[in-house]
Amino acid sequence: MENTQLFFNFVPWIVFFPVLGLLLNLTIGKKLSENGIGAIAVLASASAFVVAVLQAYSLSIHPEGASILVAEWIHVGDLAIDWTFRVDTLSVTMMLVVSGVGTLIHIYAIGYMHEDVRFHNDEGRFKRFFVFLNLFIAMMMVLVSGDSYMMLFVGWEGVGLCSFLLIGFWYDFDTLGRPSFANSNAAKKAFITNRIGDFGFLLAAFMMFWQFKSTNFDNVFAVVANAEPWVILWITIFILVGVAGKSAQIPLYIWLPDAMAGPTPVSALIHAATMVTAGVYLVTRSAPIFMLSHDAQYIVATVGALTAIFAATIAVGQYDIKKVLAYSTISQLGFMVAAVGMGAFAAGMFHLITHAFFKALLFLSAGSVILGMERGHHHLAHHGHHGGKHDEEVFDPGDMRNMGGLRKQMPVTFWLYMVGTVALAGLFPFAGFWSKDEILADAFLEFPHVYWILTGAAFLTAFYMGRQVWMVFFGKPRHEVAAHAEESPLIMTAPLMVLAALSVFGGALNLPGVHTLTVWLEHTIDIHPGEFNMQVALISTALALFAIFLSWLLYMRKPLTTGQPDPLKRILGFAFTGMENKWFVDEAYKFVFIDRYTDLAKFFAQTVDWDFWHEWFHNSVIAAGFVGLTKFLANPIDLGIVDNISKILARSIQYSSENFRKVQNGFVRSYALSVMLGVVAIIGYLLIK
Amino acid sequence: MTGELFLFFILALTAVLTAVGMLTSRNAVYAALFLVLNFAVVAVFYLMLGSPFIALSQVTVYGGAIMVLFLFVIMLLGAENIKAEVTLKKMWPALVLSVTLLGLIIYMIVAKVPMVGLAAETSVADAAPKPLAVSLFSTYLLPFEITSFLLLVAMVGAIVLTKQEKKGAGK
Amino acid sequence: MIPVNYYLTLSVVLFSMGALGVLIRRNSLVVFMSIELMLNAGNLAFVTFAKMHAANLAAVHNGQIFVFFVMTVAAAEVAVGLALIVLIFRKKQSIDLDQLTHLKG
Repeated sequence: MENTQLFFNFVPWIVFFPVLGLLLNLTIGKKLSENGIGAIAVLASASAFVVAVLQAYSLSIHPEGASILVAEWIHVGDLAIDWTFRVDTLSVTMMLVVSGVGTLIHIYAIGYMHEDVRFHNDEGRFKRFFVFLNLFIAMMMVLVSGDSYMMLFVGWEGVGLCSFLLIGFWYDFDTLGRPSFANSNAAKKAFITNRIGDFGFLLAAFMMFWQFKSTNFDNVFAVVANAEPWVILWITIFILVGVAGKSAQIPLYIWLPDAMAGPTPVSALIHAATMVTAGVYLVTRSAPIFMLSHDAQYIVATVGALTAIFAATIAVGQYDIKKVLAYSTISQLGFMVAAVGMGAFAAGMFHLITHAFFKALLFLSAGSVILGMERGHHHLAHHGHHGGKHDEEVFDPGDMRNMGGLRKQMPVTFWLYMVGTVALAGLFPFAGFWSKDEILADAFLEFPHVYWILTGAAFLTAFYMGRQVWMVFFGKPRHEVAAHAEESPLIMTAPLMVLAALSVFGGALNLPGVHTLTVWLEHTIDIHPGEFNMQVALISTALALFAIFLSWLLYMRKPLTTGQPDPLKRILGFAFTGMENKWFVDEAYKFVFIDRYTDLAKFFAQTVDWDFWHEWFHNSVIAAGFVGLTKFLANPIDLGIVDNISKILARSIQYSSENFRKVQNGFVRSYALSVMLGVVAIIGYLLIK
Repeated sequence: MTGELFLFFILALTAVLTAVGMLTSRNAVYAALFLVLNFAVVAVFYLMLGSPFIALSQVTVYGGAIMVLFLFVIMLLGAENIKAEVTLKKMWPALVLSVTLLGLIIYMIVAKVPMVGLAAETSVADAAPKPLAVSLFSTYLLPFEITSFLLLVAMVGAIVLTKQEKKGAGK
Repeated sequence: MIPVNYYLTLSVVLFSMGALGVLIRRNSLVVFMSIELMLNAGNLAFVTFAKMHAANLAAVHNGQIFVFFVMTVAAAEVAVGLALIVLIFRKKQSIDLDQLTHLKG
């Protein structure tokens, strides 16, 4: 991997360009207009994309890739961690997706944030948003380009930080624009939940260093086959914990729906297209470890599959347009994790890419819808058709129950949304069909139970997307605002068109029989192209069509009217209540973990710290013990022994001096007698000696 | 018993008796006179031991100069008689100590010193003051000069101590 | 031939008597004389030892010269000592040692 030919040496710029962009915006951003700030940020991201393309070109000639050392970082004892860029087909694929989708979202964000900061009456935050966004691109690049688990972890934490900063971007508002801590609480929830996953990641890295004396990918993979099974199992389980945190899998997915508190471009970029797929990337990167343990694969695939169907059921019951997409993202991440868990790394990565396209498209379109609703809301407020009624009433622009019939007001957005929906539902020949089908085909061969769960999830996916489309774009407006919604400008719709094109044709990346992506990735990981399974394809397509038909029956044949409950509630009853309320998982977590944790903290604070430590220990043990000790020291020791010693000493001195005083009688002859005595004594001693 | 030994015993007896006399006489003048006699006897011993120079020094310095000075002071102070002097009752520790010392040293002499006979006759070489003087003024020149200085200091000291202050004598 | 022990014994007897005199007499002049007696006893021992080592001429002279020095020091001592006694007598009108108890604390 010492090949430094062609453009490999440029690879550090994939991080330096975004950093340069954010530094420029930080320093001179104040003097620039919004378009200037946006241009710098877009340019930085686009430059990174160009670098990624150059890397891809170089790889097409030298598929073995390269390692570019930038700096030595930690060298302690056996531990050696360098900042080395690893250029191989896997990392460059991720670079292309991140910088490509990232650049499109940057462009979109110029238009979106222009209006968003005005709706929040704080135009100063425009610059901050793009600084964060560039920082995210840089950190994501560090993540995907690192050549060791520790460098990957640096990026892993960096993107976590950016996620935190951007979820809490409107930290002093809630999603409805009211002053509140809701958004910053959502940011904290995301960060803390991710910390749990990071803990698992770190344990995995520590175990690798303990067992293999290195966290470098090549070094670890070279010796991992010789490791004992329990070591491999525990490493994979710890990695899975990290994946569950970052990629929102059961049981740590709860932060992702709340993360929708961030501005919509953030939801699209970080919480749908790129950051949350880091877990999938991590498993793919660790393929040589996972391939060694069938148990680990089974666990990962099962967790992914369960997440896929669980999140899909919740998505069915949601009313917020972004929440539906958030649970859809969790569900699709479940597909990817299940795929890489089964060893279908190419399928997982394929779905990661196509999902990045169509989910970014969906989110950005949803953002366009929300902004359209906001515009309608402002239009009404300004023109004052209905007096102050709408100013006082809190209006949720993201609630699908307020929408309806937007097809007419926002035709461009409608068509873009339709493309994304069909791609996500997995209809031929859109991108989602090919990638999802490959996963299902692999699951059919590897783990049948995963296949059945995923098929159910795919059915639900088509259903909730159909439900969303019918509710948002068809029927009649259920709120005056929806009737006055306005289409978004070109700067927002243009990137969407690119993403729509990618969503349509993205499947071409890995068509059955050609397997472009699989061949490409084969240079890095040991994989084999999956076989196209006509039976599976037919079943899933049929199910998707059936689901869309069902949703048409429920939501289109008799469109919802204002205030009417969801028709599914009638059919499913309690089950739908569970879906609406996310199966009460947040409440359960609150009861099982947060309340218990609070109880524990209270127990420590009140019982252990106050009652035991302050009251009992300090008063009874320390104070009483001290008093007892001082009493003991004062009475028997000081008065009894010390005082008596000095008294005896004084008395003996007094007594002896009284007697010795007689010696000093002043008589010269008695002194002479003493001298004589001394003489006799000395002579006597000399004689006896 | 040879004549020489006989002479020794006579002289020794005289020396002891004069010493006892000095100790017991109440009159200081008698004591001084006993002491002069004692010194004279010791001078004879010096002669017997072949030290004529020392013997003569003994007579002139001790018997002559020092004892005359004693008598002079005794008479100057009028201290011939001092009453109620010795009471053996109180003095028994001194007596015990002295006798013990005596016993110890005699034991030492008997036990440790060989019985060497000492000839009474004196060779000319031994007796002659000249080699003694040569030794005194060559080998022992520095101590000799120091003693002379000591005598000078003693003389000055004696004069300073006894000098009567004409003014402020009361203080 | 008189054994050297005889001379030494005599010397010790005289020394002891001098010491006894120092201890039992209260007349300071007599005490002083007793000291002279002790010095004399010492001198006698010196001369005796000098004779004992008569074969060695230097030893003979060493012993005699020591006696000479002792006499000189004794003379100086007597001069100062008697001056002191005169001084004490002038102050106290007495030369009784037991009267001189100013050193008693």
